[in-house]
Amino acid sequence: MSQKMTRRRLLLGGAATAAVVLVKSSFGKMVQTGIPEAAIDPTKQVGPLPGVLGTRSPFEHPQRKPSLTSSQTPLQDLYGMITPSDLHFERHHAGVPAIDPNSYELMIHGMVDRPTVFSLADLKRFPSVSRICFIECSGNFRKPDKENVTPQDICGLTSQSEWTGVMLSTLFREVGINPKATWFLAEGSDAAVMTRSIPVSKGWEDAMIVYAQNGEAIRPQQGYPARLLLPGWEGNTSVKWIRRIELSDGPFMTREETSKYTEPVKDGKIRQFSFTMDARSIITYPAYPAQLQKGWVEIRGLAWSGRGKVQKVEISTDAGKTWNAARLQEPVLDKAHTYFRYLWQWNGDTAAIMSRAIDETGYVQPVLQELIAARGIGTGYHLNPVTAWLIKRDGQVVYSPEKWK
Amino acid sequence: MPFWACVAGTLMIACERRNTAMPEHFGYGRPATEKEIAAKAIAIHPDGKGLPAGSGTVQDGALIYAAKCAACHGATGVEGPYNILVAPDTIDAPPFDQAPKRVKAIGNYWPYATTIFDYVRRAMPFNAPGSLSDNEVYSITAWLLHANKLIDANAVINAKTLPAVVMPARKYYVTDNRKGGEGPYE
Repeated sequence: MSQKMTRRRLLLGGAATAAVVLVKSSFGKMVQTGIPEAAIDPTKQVGPLPGVLGTRSPFEHPQRKPSLTSSQTPLQDLYGMITPSDLHFERHHAGVPAIDPNSYELMIHGMVDRPTVFSLADLKRFPSVSRICFIECSGNFRKPDKENVTPQDICGLTSQSEWTGVMLSTLFREVGINPKATWFLAEGSDAAVMTRSIPVSKGWEDAMIVYAQNGEAIRPQQGYPARLLLPGWEGNTSVKWIRRIELSDGPFMTREETSKYTEPVKDGKIRQFSFTMDARSIITYPAYPAQLQKGWVEIRGLAWSGRGKVQKVEISTDAGKTWNAARLQEPVLDKAHTYFRYLWQWNGDTAAIMSRAIDETGYVQPVLQELIAARGIGTGYHLNPVTAWLIKRDGQVVYSPEKWK
Repeated sequence: MPFWACVAGTLMIACERRNTAMPEHFGYGRPATEKEIAAKAIAIHPDGKGLPAGSGTVQDGALIYAAKCAACHGATGVEGPYNILVAPDTIDAPPFDQAPKRVKAIGNYWPYATTIFDYVRRAMPFNAPGSLSDNEVYSITAWLLHANKLIDANAVINAKTLPAVVMPARKYYVTDNRKGGEGPYE
């Protein structure tokens, strides 16, 4: 880390450029030029003129962490409740499809009065709604067994955006749902043609078909041109690139809701349709790889619940012996990442710091041992344990691995 | 309040109502035709509804599996490198909640046989999804069921026989019981 920083500093003032912009030459022609990483004295040199797209500062390098099947949001690099769209986590089952918005169609059929095909333009004509909520993968805990893991490694499969689209209830009314329909199939147009069965009640409650993310068209990685959004439910159910909704009188028992996204629980049972994401929180600062100095530290992080609003976040700086309330940043929204802060004075001794979320149902975020005790060591999805960070005497902050037993 | 203000107010409320109330239908979109519904509605229900005509055998499935599936899933479905498909259910196996490393596959974890047909037809093979004929999908399904010790080597799999295959894991499936709140963790 420090070596990397040194090398970066050495490059400053040199020829290194991190971004390219268009500026007008002395002949009035648009030419491309680079933004230098840093001017020796920015008050003595005119900078780049307005351009067609903004850029990050060349000093900032937040990045997702990709594997073959997913990429994680760098939670430790963010300061607020909204995830920048290009840092939203990804999980897809056969890559990102390329879909022409002009030929995109959403078909709603099955147990409906009027089977209908909607174009993207049709969807955009309906009354629209915006809401801010998180999407979290239910596999968002990786059983880390070492110290050098970041918040991104531990639970970077959660992100938050402002989503805009049409309420699914509006479309349900438009096609006329048969009162005997109890489930619907949501099908994506990716190469996995991914499907999930969803109770119709969620469709009436708060489901949406969304086409915009943080004020612009949804990114391809998040479902362009339109996706299902089921606030508070495991991310896999918010089917991206949605092409078809089929109303039915029972679940379809698709691959993703049987062999995947189910978890072993007590007495050899396999728990299915575990839709709601339980309350969770994580301290994103100080966390690995931060280096602390003695004195005042503002502990910061995110808390959320799929069951409603975060009511309270508590912080412990003595390995869970005592807990104190953190300050919650407004707005505290339903089924949304909520930013919290807690001012603390670090005296230089070894310390274990942790956070726990309490949601409006009174649910208290458990520790790992409580989850294992309730479900068994062979359980899998929907793990939301309290995460502890260990501060060493030299100020190094590391993850405190827990035994999986 | 003067009379005119009263009338104007009433009119404004009436207009407001007319402009903001949700109509019963917007009339957007176009009717879906029977033909396009039939072409796109590929999902198979657990009772077999949606299964197409045609059939497959374990023998044919073995050939197709070797040619199109084995590279990712291994010669006998257990070697990988990607998802292990074969793990017959055994009486003496430890329950999943006590065995984090126990392999979960069709024979010991999948609750419905129809899911195999639905998934293979829509998503496999990974490098050419949607390229298999219905008979090929039936045959691969037959081979997978036989490799997981769920059907005989001479069984024929079709729209009638597939939903009738008994899946050992089905009896273990329970619906989510978590409710939030202050109760015990589930």
